[in-house]
Amino acid sequence: MIYLRLAAEFLKIGLFAIGGGLASIPFLYDMAEQTGWFTGSDIINMIAISESTPGPLGINMATYVGYTVGGPVGGVIATLCTVIPSLITIIAIAGVLNRYSQNGWVKAAFTGIRPAVTALIVSAFLEVAQVAFIGDGGKSSWMFTAIEWKGVVLFGIMFFLIRHLKKHPIVYLAASAVIGVLFSM
Amino acid sequence: MIKRCAVKKYTEIFSSFFKIGALTFGGGYAMLPMLEKEAVEKRQWINNEELLDYYAIAQCTPGIIASNTAALIGYQIKGATGAIIAALGVITPSYIIITIIAACLSEFMDIDWVQHGMSGVQACVAALILTSIIKLWKNSIADRFTLVIFVLSVLAVVISDISPAFIVIVMALSGIIREKIGRGKKE
Repeated sequence: MIYLRLAAEFLKIGLFAIGGGLASIPFLYDMAEQTGWFTGSDIINMIAISESTPGPLGINMATYVGYTVGGPVGGVIATLCTVIPSLITIIAIAGVLNRYSQNGWVKAAFTGIRPAVTALIVSAFLEVAQVAFIGDGGKSSWMFTAIEWKGVVLFGIMFFLIRHLKKHPIVYLAASAVIGVLFSM
Repeated sequence: MIKRCAVKKYTEIFSSFFKIGALTFGGGYAMLPMLEKEAVEKRQWINNEELLDYYAIAQCTPGIIASNTAALIGYQIKGATGAIIAALGVITPSYIIITIIAACLSEFMDIDWVQHGMSGVQACVAALILTSIIKLWKNSIADRFTLVIFVLSVLAVVISDISPAFIVIVMALSGIIREKIGRGKKE
């Protein structure tokens, strides 16, 4: 039964998380809330590991969540279900490929989809910020005293460095892990 | 003979995309240079212009950009079977690597210093996502209409329990209504 539910959830992600890995994060928070399979904090760890390992972010995330929920078999189900909707779409439109991308209706739909997807990623950011910046893994309410100032400062520094240095994400993630250990965050 | 040729072609497709999946971090944009080297230069399955076309289409079809691009190229080489094999090739390394890491990592998660390290990583993940949002903003919010869609979508996800899938559908329809029906009437 859990495999069926897992398959349904990831078919949904494959169909609606348009534009790639980050767009799938709000779906994962939704899934965490509905099923209780994992926590918001788990999701951030999965993002960090998926960003630091080879392979597309969305696929890495799918495997990770699938494995967490249902072991190696769960991993296979979640990963395959993420790509099935896209495979069906591509095989269906492959014959009319050039007409598809130039189609006015498709373009019109995307003027609405793009800002919506950006909004979904903003919501993912807010979820991540809540876990990263508030004590008790975001369980307590937004209170001044509960704010993890070390986390906020590290966030500010990393944001500045990412914008100016253009290094690979793994560099910043590794540096942040070391800083986290050194300063007992 | 014909059969053996087909199998050889499929093996080629799988191994090429396996390599691309294993060697690109982050998917999406990071994949382009690898695809260029493997599919355009080495195997000559497609030319550079086609690659950029497929990459653009991969962004406007459901699913992960990396596997979409793989499937589109696979389709050009060997039809529907080619598409499936290319997509499987690009996701297999992820599956293997993440399964191994997930299996090992759960053992370490309770150690104190690992948790401190993960707290540092969490702040960094937030910074990485914010950087992506700034990049996406430039491509997605162009005028008042797209800004309204953005604000409404943020409010819908943050305040209500509406499923993200529903928001994507409604906003796609809004785009169609405005661009096709709204503009049609004016002209």
